[in-house]
Amino acid sequence: MTFRVTSFLAGAAVAAGVTLASFAAQAQDTIKVGVLHSLSGTMAISETTLKDVMLMLIEDQNKKGGLLGKKLEPVVVDPASNWPLFAEKARELVQKDKVAAIFCCWTSVSRKSVLPVVEELNTVVFYPVQYEGEESSKNIFYTGAAPNQQAIPAVDYLAENEGVKRWVLAGTDYVYPRTTNKILEAYLKSKGVKPEDIMINYTPFGHSDWQTIVADIKKFGSAGKKTAVVSTINGDANVPFYKELGNQGVKATDIPVVAFSVGEEELAGIDTKPLVGHLAAWNYFQSIDTPENKAFIEKWKAYTKNPKRVTNDPMEAHVIGFQMWVKAVEKAGTTDPNAVIDALIGVTVPNLTGGYSAMMPNHHITKPVFIGEVKADGQFNVVWNTPAPVVANEWSPYLEGSKDLIADWRAPLSCGNFNVKTGKCGGAGK
Amino acid sequence: MRDPAPRRLRRAAALLAALVALLLVPLLAGPARAQDAGAALARMATEQFAQIEAGIADLTASGSPLALPALEALADGRLYYSPDKSVFIKQADGRWIDARTGAASAADPASPKPVRLNNRVRRALEAALGSLSLMNPDPAKRLAAAEAVVKSRDAAALPAVEAALAKETDPRIRKALSQAKAATTIFLDTATESEKVAAIETVAGRGDQDALNLLGAVRERGTPILKLAAETASAGIERRLALLNGLQNVWYGLSLGSVLLLAAIGLAITFGVMGVINMAHGEMVMLGAYTTFLVQEFLRTRYPALFDLSLPIAIPLAFLVAGAVGVALERGVIRFLYGRPLETLLATWGVSLILQQTVRTLFGANNREVGAPSYMAGSFDFFGLTVTHGRLWIVVFAMAVFACLLFVLKATSFGLKMRAVTQNRRMASCMGIRTPWLDAMTFGLGSGIAGIAGVALSQIDNVSPNLGQSYIVDSFMVVVFGGVGNLWGTLVAALTLGIANKFLEPVAGAVLGKIALLVFIILFIQKRPRGLFAQKGRAVEA
Amino acid sequence: MIASRLLAGLDLKGRVFLAALAGLAVLVPVLNLAVPETSALHVPTYVVSLLGKYLSYALLAVALDLVWGYCGILSLGHGAFFALGGYAMGMYLMRQIGPRGVYGNPTLPDFMVFLNWKELPLTWYGFQSFPYAMLMVVLAPGLLALVFGWFAFRSRVTGVYLSIITQAMTYALLLAFFRNDMGFGGNNGLTDFKDILGFNIQAQTTRVGLFVATVVALALGYAVARAMVNSAYGKVLIAVRDAESRARFLGYRVERYKLVAFTVSACMAGVAGALYVPQVGIINPSEFAPANSIEAVIWVAVGGRGTLVGAALGAIVVNFAKTWFTGALPELWLFGLGALFVLVTLFLPKGVVGTLSAWSGGRRQAAPAGVAAAPAAE
Repeated sequence: MTFRVTSFLAGAAVAAGVTLASFAAQAQDTIKVGVLHSLSGTMAISETTLKDVMLMLIEDQNKKGGLLGKKLEPVVVDPASNWPLFAEKARELVQKDKVAAIFCCWTSVSRKSVLPVVEELNTVVFYPVQYEGEESSKNIFYTGAAPNQQAIPAVDYLAENEGVKRWVLAGTDYVYPRTTNKILEAYLKSKGVKPEDIMINYTPFGHSDWQTIVADIKKFGSAGKKTAVVSTINGDANVPFYKELGNQGVKATDIPVVAFSVGEEELAGIDTKPLVGHLAAWNYFQSIDTPENKAFIEKWKAYTKNPKRVTNDPMEAHVIGFQMWVKAVEKAGTTDPNAVIDALIGVTVPNLTGGYSAMMPNHHITKPVFIGEVKADGQFNVVWNTPAPVVANEWSPYLEGSKDLIADWRAPLSCGNFNVKTGKCGGAGK
Repeated sequence: MRDPAPRRLRRAAALLAALVALLLVPLLAGPARAQDAGAALARMATEQFAQIEAGIADLTASGSPLALPALEALADGRLYYSPDKSVFIKQADGRWIDARTGAASAADPASPKPVRLNNRVRRALEAALGSLSLMNPDPAKRLAAAEAVVKSRDAAALPAVEAALAKETDPRIRKALSQAKAATTIFLDTATESEKVAAIETVAGRGDQDALNLLGAVRERGTPILKLAAETASAGIERRLALLNGLQNVWYGLSLGSVLLLAAIGLAITFGVMGVINMAHGEMVMLGAYTTFLVQEFLRTRYPALFDLSLPIAIPLAFLVAGAVGVALERGVIRFLYGRPLETLLATWGVSLILQQTVRTLFGANNREVGAPSYMAGSFDFFGLTVTHGRLWIVVFAMAVFACLLFVLKATSFGLKMRAVTQNRRMASCMGIRTPWLDAMTFGLGSGIAGIAGVALSQIDNVSPNLGQSYIVDSFMVVVFGGVGNLWGTLVAALTLGIANKFLEPVAGAVLGKIALLVFIILFIQKRPRGLFAQKGRAVEA
Repeated sequence: MIASRLLAGLDLKGRVFLAALAGLAVLVPVLNLAVPETSALHVPTYVVSLLGKYLSYALLAVALDLVWGYCGILSLGHGAFFALGGYAMGMYLMRQIGPRGVYGNPTLPDFMVFLNWKELPLTWYGFQSFPYAMLMVVLAPGLLALVFGWFAFRSRVTGVYLSIITQAMTYALLLAFFRNDMGFGGNNGLTDFKDILGFNIQAQTTRVGLFVATVVALALGYAVARAMVNSAYGKVLIAVRDAESRARFLGYRVERYKLVAFTVSACMAGVAGALYVPQVGIINPSEFAPANSIEAVIWVAVGGRGTLVGAALGAIVVNFAKTWFTGALPELWLFGLGALFVLVTLFLPKGVVGTLSAWSGGRRQAAPAGVAAAPAAE
């Protein structure tokens, strides 16, 4: 039972400090870094951690002597899980605070809200969460996974290693699950899965009564073929979902559930003993045993002064993104957005799982994919990983509208939606 | 004619057959076995899951008495290996046993690593352990093993099943075994048609989805007579299942309704009886849930043995915590706003924001883990209906809370005074009732019950600062639909909405179902502006 | 002629308010466009958009005050009308993107392309035309209010019940718009707008133009609301608020009076939403969230219920505070907002403007006094 009074007071003090500091800043000449994550509202649950990671990384970098001989200064604002507020705060960060880069967002809608603003104002933005793809902006650097870096390997694993023949695609009704499931459906069909062996189900945000759906899944799974659930269920709805699975006795050995949005942080709110063996696919797990990861976890626990704090995939994405930005700024010798955007492509930094991640010309990074099984202590047991990092398909080859599109931000192409069929930039290119 | 059962099931059944055969045949020379077991164990000393799985198969096939303890240790994660391919079992007291000899290890193993498990290995392990169970002294395990054969319907298991059937005395297990025998017979090439028809009847006696799947396979590939038998049998099962499906929806609806009832019943007091629109009601529920979390956390660190008592302890505490906050809220804010219901709405909304943010700063924005005591976990089968213990307890609990509240209102002097104040405040005051005190207590009662609801909701939902928000709109709908100021109305409304929701959900989907219900309530209020059970008399017009 | 009659009907507060709006409409564009960026007097473009957002909220607050302050209908669903107006505008803006979307589909918005929609749903027809879109901005919320109000007022659903079913209405719409199958973009909503009436929506001048349009709309909305409440119709409205049964017994068709006010108010809220969307650049179902509607009510309460000017000021002040707080003291913002709700209802039942006018001049017969004495209790 850790009360966070002290950290709250510290937070208030820091916040007050930041405001005061922003007056003093003009004189001191620092490089400002915008941290745009919800600290209140429904998304605070996930995003507060990312803000803390950013503060830790910036503090660390300052200890190492800052960047280009200047100190880094975090500018933290709270968009309060309110999507228009994301756009407004992004504008404020760039125009008022003159930040050099923004580390931002969790949900796709917040990114979509920020996108026109940062394209207009030409800012460097890092987005750390796995998402549905189908986007590549000149100004946004996607350090989370695209569907082929998470969903497709997970399905392959289940089909090959668990002999799964029947699939339940269950998701929350918003764009990420819809798109991911569209891609998975097309992918599974291309692998010869029959339409009647795929069940697709959508539920609203925060759905809490899973009795009917879990019963349906059980029924679907009792048709004689090995069945698995691919879950793109989001955030809050997961806890009641897993509780219901456990209560209705759906064990991982009968019907495994592989989730793309459930990580260490989410499991911290659940009694995981009935869930042992259910799976998650990520590009990072806290339990991965490498020296880099060990050092990071220790640092994180020391920074938050909480030995029980867990780490997760989007945190690693921010670590990679921040290191890439630092490297690119050093390479460019300036924080000028155009120079940094050019310098970022091709930057390679070590990730926390013992390999390297590189920023590709499509503004996505290469990532290794890991499949983990839930352990009784709320951590994951890695049971499979890709032999080499996977390059992101920002435009899915399995979707009708996007199969001909590629993104390449290097000159002379410099295009986020180049149509290889028509040879023109701009979607269909008409 | 053989059904292509999944490979794992066939393998499991093969294992089972091998094992049973080995158990029945007098033991052969021991040393060779020990050697086999040793080799099998050495195979498991690896990172590769496929090797471990093969090792399990070898180990079971070896029939060595060393197999069972090693497999059990593996299931518990107590089986370790050293780089030199020696395998050890870690005892509960921390001592090591050499898995190859079964004797205590002379020295602690050098850099031991646990043998890894994944779902595939776990399944092989379960099958291996399960196959030992057909002769297990524990009847529950024997039953499970028989059920496994019904699902696998593999001919290879038939001798083992028949052997077990000959020895079995428990009628339930006998039935399961004979069904298992029938399930395999149906697909046996050597069986006669009349045997198969009889087998179909036996299997159809199960009347469940498994039987239906099996009969479906017969309908695809059987001879005309078998097809006919299977079709008749499946029609019967389908009727039964359709009925069961309806029953299941009613049960799910009841359980959802009970959740709604719990969330709304406190509001029925504060809103229904007192006329206070308490938008902070959801936060009282949240406080109850956090109280449960604190109680569990305390018990976990201090008295882990008492964990199962966490909910009984949390219930009165949650009542007190939420009730105290409620009384403070009434004394501090609401009493200045009586007669101005819309203003109380705004003020309590403000209070709800403050409470949420307070909890968020104290406990963090993350979900908190509230575990289920052993009696709340799992489920049981009720004539083919899966009933989870947790839901059953919540239904019982909701009804108990409702009964208690009814008792307080109807049979205590406090309840009498409360009703008097509701009906005519000034008259009640003239009769010597201290109305301000009564207001505070009533509000405290409503809030306290919301706190109790939080204890129950912590078992099925997120314990996070947003917990209350997700129930507030639903709670108001229930109270308004049922009729303000009428507890029975609240009960009927909660259960009606719960059941209606569950019948709509399979047809329209979860979202459209909910929208349909909201629209229905809006229209219903037009027809009966005071809800299902409107309070009669002039008091409500005040 | 009409203008002079309108002006004649205004009290001092109203005149000051309109003058201030006129000042804003002139000053802000000048300070933004004509004054160089280096000057201390320069108003950055993001501030212009921010002010525009506040003012569209102010229009929503005025609309809400018309029904709550003068008619006693506490609507907890005005956010729905606001959002519907916003969606109508958003749909127009989406159609304007044309082939510039990432997939280059000339008719389908991006989200429809990647969800494999083959053709435009019926609901989207006509939105490429600005006049049609503007019609829908008013018509969609207006119709909803008309139907909803017609049912509710006819069956005499009042007070708390009305508040709760308006909340149910916006909640149902929230759920509906979240569904991707509805064809309104689901949770992601509508975003990445390119231009409006041929002008680039990101351009400085367009932003200033939108700001001026918002100021004009707010002034017009205020004038309409003021004219309504000052007329004989308005007097009946106030009578309904203070004693509905009595007004009914006197022979007034109470439900008609309410219905007119409710519908006009919903249309105004729709216009506010339509002005809000291009300035913030996104519209998403969360605008339907019941919490947003309740927040709008608190703006009115802070400023002063039944004062119109107060409602507008309340919206501006609270939102300014929100902008500042979420930047400076993010953890404390909800405490501040919550405390504001409690303190205003306890200590400033008439709101800031209502309290001030009660102090100055002691004009007791003025409307605000009546509000405090007999609020919309049934």
